[in-house]
Amino acid sequence: MGEAAMTVGARPGALVEESPYGIPSRKLGMWLFILADAATFGAMLFAYGYLRVANPDWTRPFAFWPTIANGIAMTVVLLTSSLTMVAAVAAAQAGRQPASLRWLGVTMGLGALFAALHLREWIAMIGAGWRLFRNPMGGPVLFGATFFGITGLHLLHVITGVVVIGVIALGFRRGRFDAGHVETTGLYWHFVDLVWMFVFPLVYLLNVR
Amino acid sequence: MHEAAVHPHAPPQGFLRTHVFSVDHKVIGKQYLDLALVAVCTGMVLSWLMRLHLAWPTAAIPGLDKLSPNGAAGGVITPEYYLSLMTMHGTIMVFFVLTTAPFAGFGNYFLPLQVGAEDMAFPRINMTSFWVTLVAFLVLISSFFVADGPALSGWTAYAPLSAVGKDAGPGQGLGQTLWAISIAIFCVAQLLGALNFIATTLDLRTKGMSLARMPFSTWAWFITAVIGLIAFAVLMPACILLILDRVAGTSFFIPSGLVISDRLQPHSGGSPLLWQHLFWFFGHPEVYIAILPGFGIISHILPVFARKPLLGPRAMIGCLIAIAFLSYTVWGHHMFLSGMNPFSATLFSVPTLIITIPATIVTLLWIGTIYGAKLRFTTPALFCLGFVSVFVSGGISGFFLAQPSIDTYLHGTYFVVGHFHFVMGVAAMFGIFAGTYFWFPKMFGRMMNETLGKWHFWLTFIGVYCVFMPMHYLGLAGNVRRYSAFTDDYLKPLIPLHRFITIAALFTGAAQLIFLFNLIRSRFRGPKAPDNPWEATTLEWATTSPPPFDNFGGKPPVVQRGPNEYGVAGAGGADYLMQAAPEPAPAR
Repeated sequence: MGEAAMTVGARPGALVEESPYGIPSRKLGMWLFILADAATFGAMLFAYGYLRVANPDWTRPFAFWPTIANGIAMTVVLLTSSLTMVAAVAAAQAGRQPASLRWLGVTMGLGALFAALHLREWIAMIGAGWRLFRNPMGGPVLFGATFFGITGLHLLHVITGVVVIGVIALGFRRGRFDAGHVETTGLYWHFVDLVWMFVFPLVYLLNVR
Repeated sequence: MHEAAVHPHAPPQGFLRTHVFSVDHKVIGKQYLDLALVAVCTGMVLSWLMRLHLAWPTAAIPGLDKLSPNGAAGGVITPEYYLSLMTMHGTIMVFFVLTTAPFAGFGNYFLPLQVGAEDMAFPRINMTSFWVTLVAFLVLISSFFVADGPALSGWTAYAPLSAVGKDAGPGQGLGQTLWAISIAIFCVAQLLGALNFIATTLDLRTKGMSLARMPFSTWAWFITAVIGLIAFAVLMPACILLILDRVAGTSFFIPSGLVISDRLQPHSGGSPLLWQHLFWFFGHPEVYIAILPGFGIISHILPVFARKPLLGPRAMIGCLIAIAFLSYTVWGHHMFLSGMNPFSATLFSVPTLIITIPATIVTLLWIGTIYGAKLRFTTPALFCLGFVSVFVSGGISGFFLAQPSIDTYLHGTYFVVGHFHFVMGVAAMFGIFAGTYFWFPKMFGRMMNETLGKWHFWLTFIGVYCVFMPMHYLGLAGNVRRYSAFTDDYLKPLIPLHRFITIAALFTGAAQLIFLFNLIRSRFRGPKAPDNPWEATTLEWATTSPPPFDNFGGKPPVVQRGPNEYGVAGAGGADYLMQAAPEPAPAR
């Protein structure tokens, strides 16, 4: 192990013990953020499950067409964006910066498409009378609160992710950021994708008429 | 590479960058401690007001009507305002004192020093964390000055009282909303802090500083950060859901058909128990966030003054980890009276009893460490002994409360008040005091006055026993907590004991003036401190007092051994070996 390898994750000059995980602080920081964020989503999903059980007459408003079909499309879009993110990280690590930037652009596009599909669905539901505090079908009012709360938190993560990928891509092109930044951003993006894999079955599929 | 731009080696220029908006972990640690000092003074004054009202419910407190014309008209506290004072006392003490001082304050200052790093892993996030905490504090304090006064639903903010708005009483309007916003902000700050602590501990240890060689206090801060990372991540969405219930008309925590103040609440389908589950899933680990840094500080300091290695260092660390893990399995023991399924109560009771095992082992290790030692009775050593004493006194009542059948009687009484004030309030405070007297020379380059320190210790030690021990008797006698006055016939005979507690509380509070005086005077007039006044082994004592901007003058120490080398043959006849000292020449 050379001196350079010893200082991974630390500022120059700090002689650090080789990290037990062999990863830089930034990446470790992202993993820790993901851990905390998973607890946050976990709390939201726990609240949803708790309230769903507490209300035996829970509303199941969704039909295959259009909601679940739209949800499947969103799922495909988001999963594909994870794949393009993998390509972006691989290209960045292989030193192929233009290819990496292209893949980052595709990922952003897919993320934005996901958000657009989601918002269209939201607008249709709001048009049908769904609110945080109102259920147009007459069942428990908590359906709207949990639905908009959980998908809203996830949507916020997607939109934030698109913006962050944009910032990282710009910085990467200008040389301010390196492949490590791209990889760390990728971790976040995959996590957002993973959360959707819980949200889609629990919030959509369980609520099919 | 990028981090280098954030935290250059050259110290920053200018007053603002050096002392206010500093990214230096030492400055941020002191800022946290200053904030905790302001908060603890506020919280203590609130407790005096409560105690005065409990002992003399009709007496007017001069000037209080200026703060709250409605809550204390003519200076006499209304029952509702009493609850507001109680809520704010609890919230300020738990969040802004017991979390900020032992964890964020001392942890920020000493964790990087103890692992031999120049700074935290993310200095700018570290600075953000402090300023966000300050914003949370100011938001909370601002609720004193809104029309109806601060929230009155307790530091636990039980729903539906906390969720329905101003029908639930004065302070449940804007005051309660500000409470929820403040705590949500606080969660963000502590998440940033916890992330930073973990990354620093794992990534920035100096050469030779393996995990097994880390000082016990570093271990405790690290484990506390791991607890905090999950706990605050759950409290934050809970607070946001509470805010939504209050301002957006949702019903997460409000059941159907609830009539408050003769008005049917426009909510339905929610569950007050859900709030309790989410809150206590955070709340019980929070108890350990408050006390584990104290465990670490005591384990760090006791061997220094016992001149003996800490007994069972690996067992100590194992117990800290076990406590951290178990702390996530016991939250339901706060909810035995909540209407939770009684079978769940049994389920939560068992790990609660199991968690007493590592806590007991830890206590025995401290006692075993001082057994047969020639203890140096300095002020920090006295506070360590005091910590063990109050921790045992408060811990023993925990055995009783862990059992649902006994807790059913005691939970709503002063027994619980005495229990948690001893075990997490006073014990954690003694840890903070021990840390302050111990590390003050390192932080400010001057020694604190020992005579004043000993007066402070003995008066505080006697005082807290006079305040909190009688509360156990009150509880056994059936004295309910959260009442603002005791007018029922069966409670009237207990009023003299309440007066005694009030006088003892004022006396103990006055004793803290000695500490404040000592703190301020020593800061400017104390004798100059050497680099290692207590003859300790850890890295913070291997640099100057106070340390330079980059902690070790650009030469990170290389660690040779663990922190526990006391009572050994050191260099120059010393009885200890510092962690970074080279191997001494064989004398024999």
